[in-house]
Amino acid sequence: MKKTDFDIEGMETAWCPGCGDHAILSALKASLDNLGLTPGKLVMVSGIGQAAKIPQYFNTNYFNGLHGRALPAAVAIKASNPELTVVAESGDGDMYGEGGNHFIHTIRRNPDITNIVHNNMVYGLTKGQASPTSRRGFVTPVQVSGVMSEPFNPLAVAISLDVSFVARAFIGDQQRTSEIIEAAIKHRGYALVDIFQPCPSFNKQNTYKWFRENTYYLEDSFDSSERLAALGKAFQTDRLPLGIFYRNEKPTFTDNLRIKTPGYRKIVDFKRLNGLISSLAS
Amino acid sequence: MTFSLPKKGPDISIVICGEAGQGIQTLESLLTRTAKLSGYHVFSTKEYMSRVRGGSNSTSIRISPERVYAAVDRIDLLIPLTAASAERIKDRITADTLIIGERKFVSEALSRSSGEFIDIPFTETAKKLGRSIYSNQVVLGLVASLLALDINILKAKLRAEFEDKGSEIVDINIKAAHAGYSLYEGLIKDDKVISEIKKAGEATGDVPEEVKGEIVISGAEAVGLGAIAGGCDFIAAYPMSPSTGVLTFLAKHAEEFGIVAEQCEDEIAGINMAIGAWYAGGRALASTSGGGFALMEEGVSLAAMIESPVVVHIAQRPGPATGLPTRTEQGDLELALYSGHGEFPRIILAPGSAAEAFYLTQKAFNLADRYQCPVFILTDQYLMDTVTNTTPFDTGGLEVERHIVKTEEGYKRYALTDSGLSPRGIPGNGRGLVMVDSDEHDEDGRITEDLSVRTTMVDKRLRRLTLIKEDIVEPTLIGDKDAKTVLVGWGSTLGVVREALTSINSEDILFVHIAQPYPLHQKVLELVEGAGRFLVIEGNATGQLARLIKLETGREADGKILKYNGLQFTVEEVEERIGEVL
Ligand SMILES: Cc1ncc(C[n+]2csc(CCOP(=O)(O)OP(=O)(O)O)c2C)c(N)n1
Ligand code: SF4
Repeated sequence: MKKTDFDIEGMETAWCPGCGDHAILSALKASLDNLGLTPGKLVMVSGIGQAAKIPQYFNTNYFNGLHGRALPAAVAIKASNPELTVVAESGDGDMYGEGGNHFIHTIRRNPDITNIVHNNMVYGLTKGQASPTSRRGFVTPVQVSGVMSEPFNPLAVAISLDVSFVARAFIGDQQRTSEIIEAAIKHRGYALVDIFQPCPSFNKQNTYKWFRENTYYLEDSFDSSERLAALGKAFQTDRLPLGIFYRNEKPTFTDNLRIKTPGYRKIVDFKRLNGLISSLAS
Repeated sequence: MTFSLPKKGPDISIVICGEAGQGIQTLESLLTRTAKLSGYHVFSTKEYMSRVRGGSNSTSIRISPERVYAAVDRIDLLIPLTAASAERIKDRITADTLIIGERKFVSEALSRSSGEFIDIPFTETAKKLGRSIYSNQVVLGLVASLLALDINILKAKLRAEFEDKGSEIVDINIKAAHAGYSLYEGLIKDDKVISEIKKAGEATGDVPEEVKGEIVISGAEAVGLGAIAGGCDFIAAYPMSPSTGVLTFLAKHAEEFGIVAEQCEDEIAGINMAIGAWYAGGRALASTSGGGFALMEEGVSLAAMIESPVVVHIAQRPGPATGLPTRTEQGDLELALYSGHGEFPRIILAPGSAAEAFYLTQKAFNLADRYQCPVFILTDQYLMDTVTNTTPFDTGGLEVERHIVKTEEGYKRYALTDSGLSPRGIPGNGRGLVMVDSDEHDEDGRITEDLSVRTTMVDKRLRRLTLIKEDIVEPTLIGDKDAKTVLVGWGSTLGVVREALTSINSEDILFVHIAQPYPLHQKVLELVEGAGRFLVIEGNATGQLARLIKLETGREADGKILKYNGLQFTVEEVEERIGEVL
């Protein structure tokens, strides 16, 4: 891999050998580098989990917050300083489980941030329980008779909410994953990239081989401006499509609020405030 | 027989009761503001049911030649707009009470227990003008006439209130008010009532210009204004009574002051947004009530761990759980005090008046920024919804203190210092990187499991408490400093105790009002330690402040004046209960 400004010399990760997270880290750094972004203007926001450790391995600003709560923090960081590039990244448990409510409402707000989700269909850090995206029948020490609930479909949910950008990648293909991430960061508005990420330690079912056999790339002719077609693709769960499903540029959270100045440079208009106070005398 | 008002003066206590949706709030707002502009001091407070229509609500308005600070039990004039709402407050009706209203709303028993009942057909009068909905303006006109309020001021207020509904509506409302004036003049002519209520300064003959220039404001508005003055540029909140007024006030003024006012999906999002905003250089406020705050606790702990400033406003209401949504209590001091897992410094402020709500909220933002810790503003439904006149807030000496440094290469967010405070950088401002982590971390902000670093970091975070303790809001002392009995209260009991003490007129009692319950000022501890008798007054069932003081001084309270039925203490009640314990 090419060296980037985001690398940390001699860094060691806490990830298992063979884990898809390693390649996601490289793919993301390559995307950021290609886009000419610099560490000083980037903020990585994450929650808690194996995936959420990713900022630790980055030379950049980061906000490694609470389990499930990366998105609200990311929204506010972007709103408080629109000059920053904000990437919110965590695992599927963090984003779709603990943070599920924020996931829904962040899509609705449409902040100009990129949301990367490492989807390994399992809870890694807590050692192998089911995640919201675990497939039915997946056996774990908690789901001893196999998962009985319907798996969460993040893409379909996002498209239903008329998400601004949504894509799915498989980290077995690092090059394509990096390209998709690049498109997501470049996109103005909320962009979700759900990345299939094998977890060799706790998910022996959805392996590299399984993902390779059960995924395919959307055809070149696929029109990502067609919401219903995108939804149709998102509903496909036998063979899982990869690529950019849907794009819809629309005003962002900060556009709607007409925020331009970073908060720290704002000056309180005391004259106006005095006016407001004295208006209460009449 | 002529009924003279008020019996116990110098102020008049007017209660208007009815059901939700009848426009009592508008009536209250118009009356208090017109009265103030005419030269009276005003104080009004409400108690209402948790419903949008129906039920029984009441607003108590005191109009006075002297400054008034609290609610009283006594009703000089009762104007019922429904029968049920009048029934609900029957215990407060005495021979000193004049009831003016429609026969159908006043039972035989009620009128018998009052000093006098005068049947006035408000609705009929309104109907003659068009529709019964104008009856509130007839009531307003009658009360305005009784108080000798300036009709032109009232007209201007009505015009402003109904302007956007068209000139026709404005005219009918004004006519209705005129009809009210005439009705009162009729009562005077028939020798039914005389009002002896005087305006501020009337006794001495000078014009009460000062009062006229004062502002009329609710606690919620005062917190909102204080936030603006503190440089708040982000409010993240989920609606919850009684805190919602702060959100709506800031939302209303968001655009003019460049504030992001975001209604969040839940309180968890609220506090995490607030912390995210501070991280990026903003000054955010999270505002909620006890139940919502319970959801925020993990976020409080996050702020503590990443040494982020954050300001959290908690408007208390009775719990546990949903409790009494629209009533008041001081039951969440310990919730704020012990909120969030782990050990870390914090600051708790508890304003006792609109003015304190303004200045302390302003200060909260500076304190949060200075000490990089959670700062709580504890108010309650009573303070939020109480409206008083007060000297216009002086923004002259106020400053938005931003303790943000421009970072250098190799910047360490958690650089170890003697004070425990590390210079706070923000991303994108300087050449350094700002790394914050909810896991235990080293000076750089990188995750660590080095246990000696852990100990160092805990000590560093806690060390800031020493600095915080040098910068505590002084208690307000009312009474003789050498008095044997020391009565301690916090937050919204300030006004009621102040007023009760003037009528008790005891030289043997000193009231200590605490506007910062944590950390406690040394002066408070000394006064308690030196007191002959140590009493507390709190709006809760167990004496939470008393417990905190005991923790700090070892001294148990000799007596506790507590109330937890959902209502604030009244002046008479405090007089009586102080009398009992003295
Ligand atoms: C409030 C809270 N609840 C539970 C946890 C424990 N926890 C940490 S990570 C995690 C789930 C991790 O799964 P996922 O988000 O899919 O990430 P992965 O580790 O698989 O990358 C859980 C339950 C926590 N840190 N905080
Ligand atoms: S537990 Fe799974 S997800 Fe976590 S590092 Fe190991 S392989 Fe990766």
